[in-house]
Amino acid sequence: MADIAARGHISVTGDSRSSLHKLMQRKSTIAFLMALPLILLITLLVAYPAGYAVYLATLNKGMTRFVGLGNFDFLFGRDTFWMVVYQSCLFAITAVIFKAIIGFVVAHFVHNIPSKGQRKWRGMLLVPWVIPPAMSTLAWLWLFDPSYSAFNWIFEHIGLDRIAWLGETGWARFSVILVNVWIGAPFFMIMYLAALKSVPEQLYEAAAIDGATWWQRIWYVTLPMMRNIIAITALFSLIVTFANFDIVRVLTKGDPLNTTHIFGTWAFRVGIESGDIPLGATVSLFMVPILAVAATFILRDITKRGSEV
Amino acid sequence: MVSRKVSRRRFVAGTAAASTAFVAAPFVRGAYAAGKLNVGFWDHWVPGANAATETLIKEWADKEKVEVQIDFITSQGNKLLLTTAAEAQAKSGHDILAMATFLPARYSEQLTPMNDVVEQLIKDNGKVNATVEYLGKIGGKWLAVPATVGSQMKGPCSRIDLMKDLAGIDIQAMYPAGAPPKADNWNLDTFLKAAEACHKGGKPFGIGLGTTSDSVDTIGAIFHAYGAVLVDAKGEIVVKNDQVRQALDYYKKLMAFLPPDVPSWDDSSNNKWLIAGQGALIMNPPSAWAVAKRDAPKVAEQCWTHGFPAGPKGRFGPFLPFFWGTWNFSKNQSAAKSLLAYLSQASSAEKMVAASGGYDLPSFEKLTTFKTWAEEGPPKGTLYHYPNPHNHQILSIAAAPAPHKIAEQIYTQGIATQMAVRYYKGEAMDKTLDWAAKEIEGFMRN
Repeated sequence: MADIAARGHISVTGDSRSSLHKLMQRKSTIAFLMALPLILLITLLVAYPAGYAVYLATLNKGMTRFVGLGNFDFLFGRDTFWMVVYQSCLFAITAVIFKAIIGFVVAHFVHNIPSKGQRKWRGMLLVPWVIPPAMSTLAWLWLFDPSYSAFNWIFEHIGLDRIAWLGETGWARFSVILVNVWIGAPFFMIMYLAALKSVPEQLYEAAAIDGATWWQRIWYVTLPMMRNIIAITALFSLIVTFANFDIVRVLTKGDPLNTTHIFGTWAFRVGIESGDIPLGATVSLFMVPILAVAATFILRDITKRGSEV
Repeated sequence: MVSRKVSRRRFVAGTAAASTAFVAAPFVRGAYAAGKLNVGFWDHWVPGANAATETLIKEWADKEKVEVQIDFITSQGNKLLLTTAAEAQAKSGHDILAMATFLPARYSEQLTPMNDVVEQLIKDNGKVNATVEYLGKIGGKWLAVPATVGSQMKGPCSRIDLMKDLAGIDIQAMYPAGAPPKADNWNLDTFLKAAEACHKGGKPFGIGLGTTSDSVDTIGAIFHAYGAVLVDAKGEIVVKNDQVRQALDYYKKLMAFLPPDVPSWDDSSNNKWLIAGQGALIMNPPSAWAVAKRDAPKVAEQCWTHGFPAGPKGRFGPFLPFFWGTWNFSKNQSAAKSLLAYLSQASSAEKMVAASGGYDLPSFEKLTTFKTWAEEGPPKGTLYHYPNPHNHQILSIAAAPAPHKIAEQIYTQGIATQMAVRYYKGEAMDKTLDWAAKEIEGFMRN
């Protein structure tokens, strides 16, 4: 974007009206003014709470004195905290992998539907993603309900044993991941579908002429063309999944035996429910370095590929 | 707009006349002369129960000429808890706010002492139970006023028919309506046998072992019945003691007769269990029975709320008081105290209890015999023993007598229920105790 100021010269001795006029004519000034509402909004809703969380994390439990990194040091010595770290990683990574696979497969199915009926399918498949998660998770809670699970009702009728979906660690973890995948897979699907539509048809034609199999077309044409979208989508989803709260809160509240807690729910349990706000803030801040590392690797890869192109 | 030029002479004459009129005018008390009051009360789940509080507040406001803004804040989704935390952080908000169980202690440094109000109420309405005192009075100061609205007992609510048919226990004979309990044999052994019998009969007791309040309150009362304490009043961790071992052994036996998924139960699971006719007993305030009256009247007709079984150290019943507190940054503390005193009068409490269908419990000794509890039904008298009218049980709260800031964390993180589940699932007793000790050690930070 060219900037008038770079070429022009602002007269310091001229009248102030004329300098203001020139300032207002700069593209950078206009861009800044147009972005100002968003900057203010982000400062108010993102930067301030983030800064305040950092400040809280440096206070003692009674919030009366500065303890530096004392809260972080304290958490490193807690078994439950490391369990939460493990569970958060397990939850986020497993869910993102499954969302990506399911999104990829479904995107291909939808892509192959004739364009006339495709819109209906796209709309229907997006439903899980557009329903507020707290509401759809409530519906899942009824399906998994300890006493009245619809799944168990079916199992009983076909002669299978009931499953304690939310009462056993393994099943409870499976359940929260399943619901997250159900909600999040449509996002991957729509992103991948957009990417698929942008792959030039000539590449497939050339591959077909060269005798490429279906798998080779996917591996050598589709995937390389979608790589950046896959990376960006995975990163975005990883951030959102790590920061998840509602699914676990509604389904299990971290039970049984804290084995489904993730950072968000554990921070709430410690900070709000148990009255240790600085420790809760500290738990929630642990997501930052993990996500920063993931973001650095993924974005570096994208930039590298961008410069190769 | 019309403008008119005013001469100096005219201005002086007009000003003098206005000043005379102002000085000579009699003092007229405005409609809201005593200022404004902003109150945040718990949004009652019983339809119409808020109206009783609202009417009482309006009566007081009209009499005292105070403008009152009332917000009924739901505890669903922890909204009330979050509001309290936000107001404490912002040092701004309601003049009176409803606070559950451990919250007065949590915000002890930000609440206005209420000794003058509560001590007068004790003189008028009788003393409060030890749990209310433990939670509301710290360092000799009453931090908040025990509230009628929202305060509850979580005693057993049994199915009369199932207990009789499957366990051979006549609950109504043991806890007759309008008369003192005849429950000397109602102890933890009898309870365990009844649990076994009902389990065999396909109608197990529905006692949760998650980390939410109902589960924690039940195990708290059973721990107290064994004298099992995790942290003593001085703040020493005393997890590794025989009483705790006995209580865990008891729970291990009991869990064998409970539904297999109780570790994941929340506060609605036991209600559904009873209302759907799946089980013979739950531990809950009469909310489950009240919903059953509407949704499953046949079940409701068979429900009877009664006392806890006794253990080696006594008969303990879980009592969860709500409090009304006033922030020390409140601008109208005198009006707040006046309103709280008014709402805590016996006549006010009786209206609140009636409006809640008997759910709400005043914390004062003389206020446990309102006719609502005697007359509510069907079956008539089902709530008679709910407010513990014969002082048959020692009212308690889980994690007491630990210092509040430790007890609150033991309570909210469900340490005792987690211990029971761990031990039941095969973990060695010592390992479970070590785990609990380590967790609690983390709660000691200041």
